[in-house]
Amino acid sequence: MDESEGRPVDRRGFIRDAAVGAAAFAAPGKLMADQTESHDHARDHGHGHDHDHQEVPADVALRVRALESVLVEKGMVDSAALDEIVDTYENRIGPRNGAEVVARAWVDSAYRDRLLADGTAAIGELGYLGGQGEHMKVVENTPEVHNLVVCTLCSCYPWPTLGLPPVWYKSAPFRARAVIEPRAVLSELGLDVPEDVEIRVWDSTAEVRYLVLPERPAGTEDMTEEELAQIVSRDSMIGVARVEPPSEGPAGGGR
Amino acid sequence: MNTIHDMGGMDGFGPVEPEENEPVFHHRWEGRVYALTRAVGRWGRGRDWPSFRFTLESIPPVEYLSMSYYERWLRMMTTRLLVSGLISETELETGYPDPGALRPELLPASNTGTPGAELLDVDLPARFGPNDRVRARNLHPRGHTRQPRYVRGRGGTVVEDHGVYALQDTDEDGRRPSDRRPQHVYSVRFESRELWGERGGARDAVYVDLWEDYLEPA
Repeated sequence: MDESEGRPVDRRGFIRDAAVGAAAFAAPGKLMADQTESHDHARDHGHGHDHDHQEVPADVALRVRALESVLVEKGMVDSAALDEIVDTYENRIGPRNGAEVVARAWVDSAYRDRLLADGTAAIGELGYLGGQGEHMKVVENTPEVHNLVVCTLCSCYPWPTLGLPPVWYKSAPFRARAVIEPRAVLSELGLDVPEDVEIRVWDSTAEVRYLVLPERPAGTEDMTEEELAQIVSRDSMIGVARVEPPSEGPAGGGR
Repeated sequence: MNTIHDMGGMDGFGPVEPEENEPVFHHRWEGRVYALTRAVGRWGRGRDWPSFRFTLESIPPVEYLSMSYYERWLRMMTTRLLVSGLISETELETGYPDPGALRPELLPASNTGTPGAELLDVDLPARFGPNDRVRARNLHPRGHTRQPRYVRGRGGTVVEDHGVYALQDTDEDGRRPSDRRPQHVYSVRFESRELWGERGGARDAVYVDLWEDYLEPA
């Protein structure tokens, strides 16, 4: 771009400087007094399941509140629309969607074939395409092959079928190790893959998002599609767990 | 750019630690950051708006590792708003619009913006096809790239042509090319031993999606 050549300020330097400014901006003084800060502040600190790696500066909640406030006042965002986005990912879009896809594939071999041949089209049949899941590839676990999904560069994940990713999926240990020592990672997570089973790691580096079609467990032949969907865990669709028959653990659940 | 976000194959980060019954957001502010990031995206149209991933990757590595995921997003979002002039430092500090500041206008998209990463309806010949042996070029761009370091110089096999996509790489200032560089993206299989030597699994493999510009015939 010609326009960039005459710029007085080096843009990369500006981005770095802006990042420092963005990092350093202080908690607003006035904002704390005149809004319902105490309520939300209490909520932020009241969850009670913080981990060490989740510790953040105490004023981050205030900084986010200031940012939202100024963007609302400038007419750039609408708080109700933000509520809607949060509600969508907290309550409506999650791994139950992916579990429906898996259960359908288990009971309907024609659907399974379509799913493996063109994941986007077959997932689209159930209505689960969307942002960060526009182009889908489904990879099938078999007695010979185990698939594992990772994003080493960031945290790419199929939002419409699995929701937003868990912290461990976005963490440095998983991103760093899944590609070089997948067996060790899986073993730590409780999944021992036999030596004679090939592991395929899918690094989501482009615009295709991956979903693992786990093996249907033995002993589930009499279960309905709806019942099967209840036992398909999120982790089985990332490839860090098997699907267990219902008698061996809590059905469905977060993991 | 060769920095900390490109983590594949690194040691020293410790075990993977899942959390039981993990909530979608651990704090209210995380949900707000997520939603704000999505909601402000349209304001970047037609503006000097650095790429999402470029801006994340520009966080200095020591800080990057010390920040939680949504802290990084907050930094990225505020950086983009500052760079594009949509918000000022005093507005960030006070939580109020600057006195006399005009409300920003939504602009039409321009070629220099950051459009979505959609599959492009462009008919281009494919340089490679399934079963072709390829090598990941030894590229070290200063901007954003989707070619992870661990494949550079390594040989693999094309298993699938995903179709034609806009290249996501940026220049060293975080801008994507105005012509979008449409090209085929391929799923390439790299044998684990090719990537990691004896530490690799004898029968294991890593599949990486790579734009055509990242590849050369082996």
